[in-house]
Amino acid sequence: MDNKRRKFLKIAGASVLAGIGAPAVIKLTAATPALASGHGEAPAHAPAPDAHGGHAEEAPQGVRLGMVIDLRKMNENPEMLDSAIAACIAAHNIPEFPDKKNEVKWIWKAPFENVFTDHSASHSAAKVKNFPSVALCNHCDDPPCVRACPTQATFRLEKNGIVAMDFHRCIGCRFCMAACPYGARSFNWQDPRPYIKKYNKEFPSRMKGVVEKCNFCGERLALGQEPACVEACKGTGAIVFGDLNDAKSEIRAVLDKEFTIQRKPTLGTKPSVFYIV
Amino acid sequence: MIEKTLKGKPAYWIWLAFLGMFMAIGAACYVRQYNFGLGMTGMSRDVSWGLYISQFTFLVGVAAGGVMLVLPYYIHNYKEFGRITILGEFLAIGAIVMCLLFIMADLGQPMRALNVVLHPTPNSMLFYDAIVLNGYLFLNVLCGWVILTAEKKQVKPPKWIYFFVYLSIPFAISIHTVTAMLYCGLPGRHFWLSAIIAPRFLASAFAAGPALIVVACLVLKRVAGFDAGRKAMNKLITIIIYAALLNMFFVGLEFFVGYYSNIPGHKHSLEYLFFGLEHHGHVYNNLVPFMWAFVILAFGSIAVLATPAAKKNDFVLGMGCAALFLAFWLDKGIGFVLAGFVPNGLHEITEYIPTANELGITIGVWATGFMVVTLLYKIAIGVEHEVEG
Amino acid sequence: MYNKGTIIPGLILFVLFVTFPIWFNGLTTAGDLPKPELPPGGEKQCVMPADYMRANHMQLLNEWRDNVLRDGDREILEINGKKYPKGLQMACMTCHSQKEKFCDSCHTYAAVDPYCWDCHLTPNEAGSKEAMH
Repeated sequence: MDNKRRKFLKIAGASVLAGIGAPAVIKLTAATPALASGHGEAPAHAPAPDAHGGHAEEAPQGVRLGMVIDLRKMNENPEMLDSAIAACIAAHNIPEFPDKKNEVKWIWKAPFENVFTDHSASHSAAKVKNFPSVALCNHCDDPPCVRACPTQATFRLEKNGIVAMDFHRCIGCRFCMAACPYGARSFNWQDPRPYIKKYNKEFPSRMKGVVEKCNFCGERLALGQEPACVEACKGTGAIVFGDLNDAKSEIRAVLDKEFTIQRKPTLGTKPSVFYIV
Repeated sequence: MIEKTLKGKPAYWIWLAFLGMFMAIGAACYVRQYNFGLGMTGMSRDVSWGLYISQFTFLVGVAAGGVMLVLPYYIHNYKEFGRITILGEFLAIGAIVMCLLFIMADLGQPMRALNVVLHPTPNSMLFYDAIVLNGYLFLNVLCGWVILTAEKKQVKPPKWIYFFVYLSIPFAISIHTVTAMLYCGLPGRHFWLSAIIAPRFLASAFAAGPALIVVACLVLKRVAGFDAGRKAMNKLITIIIYAALLNMFFVGLEFFVGYYSNIPGHKHSLEYLFFGLEHHGHVYNNLVPFMWAFVILAFGSIAVLATPAAKKNDFVLGMGCAALFLAFWLDKGIGFVLAGFVPNGLHEITEYIPTANELGITIGVWATGFMVVTLLYKIAIGVEHEVEG
Repeated sequence: MYNKGTIIPGLILFVLFVTFPIWFNGLTTAGDLPKPELPPGGEKQCVMPADYMRANHMQLLNEWRDNVLRDGDREILEINGKKYPKGLQMACMTCHSQKEKFCDSCHTYAAVDPYCWDCHLTPNEAGSKEAMH
C-alpha cells in the first residue's frame, strides 16, 4: 500500500494544495507548538477536585479542540439551541426515528439535572432546574469509549483531540455505548435511511449495525468552516469553539474569564466540552 | 469415535429432533434479525446490551465451572472424579459454543467480526475475551478428545497432554475474570464498577457449572445407564454449596456498600433490581420478581442440598441443583447485565423487554449448546460403555 | 464395463454441470463484457490514469478513507488544475454521477457487492430527498 501511495503522490506531483479555506484550516487544526506550556490546562476551570492530587498537569501538546457552551445565552433564546440541533441533523444525515428506542442523537436537549447528574442539588435556583441543557460527545482527553473498542473503530485523533469514528470498521458490539458515561453514542438499530428527512450530499449516511456520535464536524473544519452547531449560534457567543491548548485563542479567553463546569469531571475522562451556567 | 453419535435409542433421536426444531426456529429468527438489524430486539439506545450478552456472561461461567472437576482430579488426584471430568470438559465446549454464538448474534455487523483479530487492540477487554474464550475452547476440545481417545484404546494419555490440562485451569479462571472486566472497568456504570465482580462471577460459576453437571449425571444415569458414583456426587454437592454461599455473600456485600455508604449511584441499580426504582412518580420494577425468585431459589436450593436427603435421594439432589442453576441464571443471566444500564448515564430510566424474535434466537442458541453437549456426552458415554464391555 | 447405462449419462451430466459457467455465458448475455458509461459531463481526466483506476480504485478509496478518517488528513488534491477532496461522494461521484451506469456495470459482472453504498449516497439517492445547501 505504501508503494502505491508513493506512486500516487508522484503522479499527483507537487500540485497538492489545501482547499479554499486554507487559513482557517490552519487556525483550527494545524499542530501549533504549545504556547501555553507554562500554564495548566483545563482543570484550572473545573470545579471538581483534581483526582490525581496535587500533581502538576503535563504541559499541553498540540491542538486540543474544545467547546464552551453558554447555557445562559442558550436559554435566553431557546430557538437557538433548536436551530443548532437542526443544523447538526442536516449536516450529518442524522435519522429522526419516531420512537425513543431507536433514537440517534449527536447533540441534543435534556434537562439540567440529567446532563449534570453530579451537580443537581435540592435547592438549585429554579431557573437552572428548569432550563434545558445540551448534551453532546465530550471529546474526552482520556475517552473510555476508545479504551473499550475492540477494533479501533473509535479513536482519538492525535492532531486535534477529536474522538472520531471509522464507521467502516465498527462491528457493532456496542461496548463503547456501555463505556461512555455521557450517553453520547447511538446505535443504528435498523437502516437509518428511511428516517433521514433531507440528504446532505456531501456527507454519507450510516448503515444498520454501527455506532455513531458527534465528530466535532471534522469534515467542516477541513473546509475552514465552523462546526454546524457553532455556526448556527453565530454572533451570540453561545458556543465558543477552538483550541484549548492555545493560550491566545478565544475559547481560552472565555475559560479564563468565566466559571465553567464539565460533565462528571470526577470520572477522569477530561472532557473537552465546558459549560457556563 | 464420532460414529457413536449415530446409534441411539428412539428417545435419543426424539431429543435431538426436539433440539433441532428449536435450532431451526432460532436460525429463522436470526435471518430476520440479520436482514433488519438489531432493531428486531428489545434493546434500545439506553439499554444497549440485552439477553444475548447476559446469556453470554452467564454461560462463560458455566464453561468455567468445569474446572471444579478438572482441578480436584488432575491437581489433587481426586480419583472419584475420574468418570465425570470428561463431562465437565465437554460441558465447557458446549457452553463456549453458546457464548460465541451469542456474541455473533449480538453484533451489529457480524460479517466484520474478524476485525477484532485484524486490528488487535490490547487496551480493549473484548480483545482479551476473544483470545481466552477461543483458547479455552481449543484446550477443552484438545484435552477432552486426546484423553477420551486414550481411554478408548485403554492406554495412558500421552504425557504432553497434561501440559494443556494444567494450562486449561488458569484459562478457566481467566475467561470469567476477563468477562467480569468487560463490566467492572467502565466508568460511570456504578453497579458494575465494583472490584468484587470477578470473584462473584467465579463463585457463581463454580456453583452453577457443577450444578448442571450433577443434573446431567442424574439424567445420564436414567437414560444411558451411566453412574457417576455416589462419592463424586457428594463431593460436587459440597463444592456447589460453598461456591453458592460465597456468591450470596458477595451479593450481600454489594448491598452493604450501596446502602451503608448511602451513595445514590451505588444504590440505584440494586433498588431497581430488588425493590423497584422510583423516578418522576413512576416505579420501574420489571426485574423485581426475577430477583426475588433468585434469592428464594438460591437459599432454598442451598438448604435442600445441605440436607442428608440430597445425598441419598437422586430426585431431591436433581431438584436442588436445577433450582440452584436457575437461581444463578436469574442473577447473572438476567439481572446483572440489564441492571447496569438502569439508570443510564443521564439518570433516565428505560426498561428492557426482549422481543419474541430475540427469545427465538436465544432459545435457538441454547438448543444448539444442548445439542453439542448431547452429542459429546453420547461419545463419552459410548466410549465408557465400550471400555467396560 | 458394468452399468454402462448409468455411468455414461452420469458422466455427461457431470461434465455439463461442471462446464455450466462456460456454456451458460455463451448462450446468454451474462458473459458479455461490461461497458461502463463514462462521466456524462465528458470529463476525460481522473485522479489517476484509467488503467490504474480500473485495477486499483478500491485500494485508492481505502487509502483515502484512512487518510481522511483515521489520520485526519483531509488535504484537497489538485491535479492538473482540478481540485479533488478525498472522498467517494465528494470527488468520484461528482464526475461519475451515474453509479448505476458506471460502478454497477462492472460490479454486477464481477459479482462483487461493495458495501460503499450502504452509507455513501449516490447523486441519485442524494437527490431523491431534497438536497441541502
